[in-house]
Amino acid sequence: MRILGPVTDIPLGEGRTYEVDGEMVAVFRLRDGSVRALSAVCPHRGGPLADGQIDNKVLVCPLHLMAFDITTGCSLSGISDLTVYPVTVDADGHLVISSLTASEVPS
Amino acid sequence: MAPRLVVIGNGMAGARTVEEILSRGGDFDITMFGDEPYGNYNRIMLSNVLAGVEDESGIFLNDLSWYADNGITLHAGRRISRIDRFAKQVYAEDGTATPYDKLIIATGSRAFVPPIPGIHRPGRGYHQGVFAFRTLDDTRSMIRYAREHERAVVIGGGLLGLEAARGLQNHVSQVTLLHAMGHLMNTQLDAQAGAILQRSVEKLGIEVVCDAMTTEILGKHAVTGVKLSDGRVIDCDVVVVAAGIRANTEVAAASGLVVERGIVVDDQMRAQDEPDIYVVGECAQHRGETYGLVAPLWDQAKVLADHLTGRDPQAAYHGSRIATKLKVAGVDVASMGLKESDREDDETLVFSEPRKGIYKSVIIRDGRLVGATLVGDVKKVAFLMQAFDRGLALPEDRVELMFDLGGPPAEVSAAELADDAQVCNCNGVTKGTIAETVHGGCKTVSGVMDRTRAGKGCGTCKSLVAQIVEWAAGGAVEEDPKASWYVPGVPMPKPELMAAIRKYDLRSVSSVFAKLVPGGEEDAKSKMGLASLLKMMWGDRYIDERDARFINDRVHANIQRDGTFSVVPQMKGGVTTPAQLRRIAEVAEKHAVPMVKLTGGQRIDLLGIPKETLPKIWADLDMPSGYAYGKSFRTVKTCVGSDFCRFGVGDSTALGIALEERYQGIEGPGKMKLAVTGCPRNCAEAYVKDLGVVAIDGGRWELYVGGAAGAHVRKGDLLATVESPEEVITLTGRFLQYYRESANWLERTYAWVPRLGIEHIRAVVVDDAEGIAADLDAAMAASVAAYRDPWKERAEPATPGQFRTSLPLVVLPQVPVR
Ligand code: SRM
Ligand SMILES: Cc1cc2nc3c(=O)[nH]c(=O)nc-3n(C[C@H](O)[C@H](O)[C@H](O)COP(=O)(O)OP(=O)(O)OC[C@H]3O[C@@H](n4cnc5c(N)ncnc54)[C@H](O)[C@@H]3O)c2cc1C
Ligand code: SF4
Ligand code: FES
Repeated sequence: MRILGPVTDIPLGEGRTYEVDGEMVAVFRLRDGSVRALSAVCPHRGGPLADGQIDNKVLVCPLHLMAFDITTGCSLSGISDLTVYPVTVDADGHLVISSLTASEVPS
Repeated sequence: MAPRLVVIGNGMAGARTVEEILSRGGDFDITMFGDEPYGNYNRIMLSNVLAGVEDESGIFLNDLSWYADNGITLHAGRRISRIDRFAKQVYAEDGTATPYDKLIIATGSRAFVPPIPGIHRPGRGYHQGVFAFRTLDDTRSMIRYAREHERAVVIGGGLLGLEAARGLQNHVSQVTLLHAMGHLMNTQLDAQAGAILQRSVEKLGIEVVCDAMTTEILGKHAVTGVKLSDGRVIDCDVVVVAAGIRANTEVAAASGLVVERGIVVDDQMRAQDEPDIYVVGECAQHRGETYGLVAPLWDQAKVLADHLTGRDPQAAYHGSRIATKLKVAGVDVASMGLKESDREDDETLVFSEPRKGIYKSVIIRDGRLVGATLVGDVKKVAFLMQAFDRGLALPEDRVELMFDLGGPPAEVSAAELADDAQVCNCNGVTKGTIAETVHGGCKTVSGVMDRTRAGKGCGTCKSLVAQIVEWAAGGAVEEDPKASWYVPGVPMPKPELMAAIRKYDLRSVSSVFAKLVPGGEEDAKSKMGLASLLKMMWGDRYIDERDARFINDRVHANIQRDGTFSVVPQMKGGVTTPAQLRRIAEVAEKHAVPMVKLTGGQRIDLLGIPKETLPKIWADLDMPSGYAYGKSFRTVKTCVGSDFCRFGVGDSTALGIALEERYQGIEGPGKMKLAVTGCPRNCAEAYVKDLGVVAIDGGRWELYVGGAAGAHVRKGDLLATVESPEEVITLTGRFLQYYRESANWLERTYAWVPRLGIEHIRAVVVDDAEGIAADLDAAMAASVAAYRDPWKERAEPATPGQFRTSLPLVVLPQVPVR
């Protein structure tokens, strides 16, 4: 588990990039109040996904406007999918992400 | 061995017949000969290619791989010169012989070029500057030539001539249409409808001359004009001949087939007295009729395929009832059957509203529709065509034939159509085919259009296609952003959207989604367009939700391929000072800016700036933003003008600076790029700007609008000539405001101006014909007053982490080095 900081660090409807266990993770705060975490780099040509625009379903990369399902990470434009990371907001309003290495190694 | 089928002519009829044969599982060894060096393309769309609304690549129906995939041997670019009916062989021009068991002739027509003196050059084809309009090659060379010339004359005021004239406006500044008859489209329209059409066409800026007999094409080395029988000379450098077509029957005639106006065929499309030779398309003459439209050839192709494949050897063609539509943006014309009643007991209804360019007439005989004409308003065309084609019973209230009087909603009419009713006449697609495609799982209008080609011809049936898809999907049509919506996620065209925003006082993007989208669903791809629209409408009172902005507008810089940004400070009118240059140089050095570049917009670009450095750079520069990133007012390029230039007749730099000072940063549906140039030598490229100002002798200024020299090249239209710089500034503001309020999202002025027509824009902006000039001026003044330099946001970020990097903070795993 890692605490990334207060959820209010991310403006409503935007995304910010965090480093977690050596991985780049883009965390988004949707307008419905929920949060999502996905790989931060666009598989197309490396676009910074946290700079993209979102709604409650879709994330659009700022460089060439390829779209991804913001919940599943699936590409909606026929390119590779994004990795999705489990992220939540705790009782103190902090973003919590489970350690990536831990989630990858089944215990 | 499968029987050998040879097809002469690889145009719309030939290729379609082969498609129909293949779809019936016909087993033939097929060889096709085409005079044109291409696969098969949609000839109808050449009008759209000329008008610049369609790419060449978009009009191909079957590319070369289709022929290969279906085992068809295609000889593209090979002309057949003779048929030996006895040896059953065709001979190509190069002498090679190809044997056949069955032969299809589909050689179509060619342009008819009247023998006007000067139209040909002895031994060299057409005179330099003269073009026919029939093939892709014709269209290409016409475009290439027209682009470099100024004035065009089109000979022929029928469908093709009108489409040619409208298309040419895209390439030359002046187009004159000459028609030998008393009124336009005289084959389809009566005199009254023709006169109304003429007015609408003139409103588009096309000069029309009827009763114009061309007696000579002038010009020694290239066309310089045309001469009419009344002695009038019309100067021009391009002449397009659209005076009708002639069937290509020479090969058939020379080979001994029966030829009158076309090659004579029976009801199975078989050439007279020839058991193995068939004819389809424009070159065929059936029961005395030849056709010049595609709808009949779809019917012919089906009959012939049924007959040849044995699916229905008795299949018979009984002729087609044809309807015509004009594909000229801004002028709707549809006609079918009789244009005038010729019997006393016919019922005739006529409605005419010349001021609005509307004319409608229907002719009813024995309770059946036998003719209809619609000009200016073609909403009822689908219904009328069905009634005409199938002899349907007509509503008791005859006026319902012309108007929707609380009549049945659209879906009902889609349901009522017969399954085999042809919906798309350009591509011969029936309601049944559309319904099947939808039932097969394709539930978007655009998806169905892609698969069936319905609506992909002249486009006039698109709304009917959409209705049928809706009907067939039983309400389960998948989201299909209608072309008319302002943004894909809010189901409204711009005027309705703006009215609803005002009505409900919606001042933020999220409130628009909540109120105007069924279910309140947000749409990422609509946010930027809505943000721009709301900002324009509300100015200071706009509630600015930062997530609605595209990244460029969040950080006031242009994102680049590596995720860094570019910084372009304002440099009004392209004028700078040594102090400014020194400061830019120092900033570039201090922050190790990777590249400093002069832009095409007469200013300086600092490229490759990390997001987190932006506020520091702005602070060090202490210059206002140049807005090189937004859909907004960008630059005013100027030339040195009367202050320094020996030819300058106006102070272009001062006026350019004044314009930029006033309208800086104003957001809009698209970029707005301006220029002011000190004389018609045009060193600031004002003729190709969204708005370009040209100083002319006598202290006056010309305003050109709708010009472009980007992805699209267009010379601007002259909006007005005014006496003073103050008037330039006022008209500029009013023009830009009208554009901001009525253009579609991302529609630059080069598309918007021709869409509305310069005459209309001039009436509104210069002559205040709609009485809205004062409102436009006031709205623009409010936007000007609301301007804040966004680079002032540097002291305190507008949102947490506004300038935090989104780039990899750590080195990502690299591809291993071998
Ligand atoms: C910097 C500059 C090129 C240069 O080095 O000179 C430039 C750079 C870009 N242009 Fe441009 N254009 C630049 C002058 C032009 C001009 C010339 C002019 O302004 O006089 C044109 C033709 C005029 C016009 O706009 O019609 C021009 C026509 C375009 C177009 C085509 C627009 C069209 O509809 O025809 C695009 C694409 C678009 O807008 O969708 C475009 C898009 C772009 C973008 C913004 C692409 C993008 O979205 O990222 C480029 C940003 C590069 C970057 O990483 O910063 N740029 N671009 C010029 C900045 C001028 C300025 O000072 O503001
Ligand atoms: C600009 C334009 C716009 C149009 N718009 C419309 C419209 O909106 N609606 C509509 O219904 N119709 C429209 N038409 C008409 C429509 O394109 C024709 O009716 C249709 O193309 C006829 O098909 P076809 O196969 O008979 O002839 P074509 O399509 O002309 O095909 C004949 C082919 O045979 C080739 N050929 C001729 N002789 C030989 C030979 N000896 N050997 C080998 N090949 C040969 C020709 O080169 C040509 O490629 C338009 C036509 C033009 C030019
Ligand atoms: S032409 Fe414009 S858009 Fe294209 S690479 Fe150059 S700067 Fe970029
Ligand atoms: S880099 Fe993301 S769409 Fe191209």
